[in-house]
Amino acid sequence: MVKYYQGVNELKCEWDQVFSAFWQRYPNPYSKHVLTEDIIHREVTPDNRLISRRLLTKTSRVPQWAERFFPTNVAHSAFILEDSVVDLKSKTLTTFTRNINHARFMMVEERCVYGMSSENNNWTQIKREAWISSNLSGFSRAIQECGLARFKNSVTKTLKGFEYVLAGTQGETPAKTLRETAKEATEKAKETALAATEKAKDLAHKAGSQQYV
Amino acid sequence: MNSVGADCSELKRVYDLCFNRWFAEKFLKGERSGEPCADLFKQYQECVKKAIKEKDIPIEGLEFMGPKREKSSSSSSST
Repeated sequence: MVKYYQGVNELKCEWDQVFSAFWQRYPNPYSKHVLTEDIIHREVTPDNRLISRRLLTKTSRVPQWAERFFPTNVAHSAFILEDSVVDLKSKTLTTFTRNINHARFMMVEERCVYGMSSENNNWTQIKREAWISSNLSGFSRAIQECGLARFKNSVTKTLKGFEYVLAGTQGETPAKTLRETAKEATEKAKETALAATEKAKDLAHKAGSQQYV
Repeated sequence: MNSVGADCSELKRVYDLCFNRWFAEKFLKGERSGEPCADLFKQYQECVKKAIKEKDIPIEGLEFMGPKREKSSSSSSST
């Protein structure tokens, strides 16, 4: 049995900007789990389509209940292969992405078609399909459910990463999220508090020395 | 972004720079210019293929763009 996912997202940028950003999307603040990225095949076909195969290494966090399926000597990194075709005639970028290790535990296959949005020609639409499967008897259902939840989460991160890279290529700084701003404020407050404590200690020390000299 | 082969990251960086320029300035404008950055790509590939072999990463024998498949009946949709 396979879990199927389908979704559509929009990026508020023109298709050619999105296609360029596709090759420059790593690293970004939402891709900390991506460790390495390589092009391992590339060619331009006689009908002028660009064909590429990209290899990614990602950290793969396994749920605690699933740890037992992994021998302790096996590295937890996941290797991901992403094939893509850029077709200028149809103004589309089609990708097919799948993990190539840990596949018995869980296989996630994703197909995306990036193209001009039907609502707005200045926007880009991403049509996404994914198939999540597991061959681990007795656990496959739980693993698929978990895999689907994670996949949805990763789609959000992918989009945020794309928006970040797109804003960068257009010479803008992306707006900080509220959470980021709050985190910065907290850190600043901590620093100030620490500095104040140090200062107080210093003053107390000086006062102490004066008393006893 | 780093390469899977620690020694290949610099070769990759130089190739990426060349490719990204080619992609935006030539390919997307419909100019036919053959293989992009061929020499840089060759050097980078020699390095990265060696690293993949050393790390035993199973990249061989996988169909380009995967198998053709139908939508599954057990479906879950989301936007």
